[in-house]
Amino acid sequence: MDADEILDVKGKTCPEPLVETRKKLNKMDSGKILKIVGDHGPSKKEISDVMKDLGHEIVDIKDEGNDWSILIKKK
Amino acid sequence: MAKRMTIIVFSDEMDKAYPALILANGAAAAGMEVTMFFTFWGLNLLKKGKLGKLKLSKMNMLGMGTSMIKKRMKKQNVASLEKLLADAKELGTKIIACEMTLGVFGITKEDLIPEVDEMGGVGAYIMDAKDASINLII
Repeated sequence: MDADEILDVKGKTCPEPLVETRKKLNKMDSGKILKIVGDHGPSKKEISDVMKDLGHEIVDIKDEGNDWSILIKKK
Repeated sequence: MAKRMTIIVFSDEMDKAYPALILANGAAAAGMEVTMFFTFWGLNLLKKGKLGKLKLSKMNMLGMGTSMIKKRMKKQNVASLEKLLADAKELGTKIIACEMTLGVFGITKEDLIPEVDEMGGVGAYIMDAKDASINLII
């Protein structure tokens, strides 16, 4: 699935990856896909847990070395 | 109805402002409604130009400790307090300045940053806190 928007939070630490993800999703339309790329370890799980809890769909999570990417479909 | 968190911000040291604002951001990002009630020394955080000039509560060592920690935070890419406040506001955090202590300290509305939503008393805080699932004092 292709992303409609990409958010790069590489180099950012707590709480920015989570906060920037939420801010970005707030500005997107329902059904659109957001790809987040980052390298802050704990944020990978936190972002997917929190966004799932908010009702968004976690489409995919990938690891590439220390980097990770998450695909989220906005509810 | 969204869950709510309230934080009473009582302190004006950098190492206490950070957790207060990070918790507010985390809760707001997770869909909670957040109220921050600033009172006593906490009011200093709401004065214009103050957020960037806070000191550590320990190991300040005439400012040397604080500047060392600031450098390390910058190296780790930790967001500034100004950025965290702006983010918290963007995610809907409500900022209340304690009206009574403002009066005690002789601080006027003009001394405060525009991010302050209202000047209120214990009633304003309690109305938000009574049904909140997390209430903290920092």
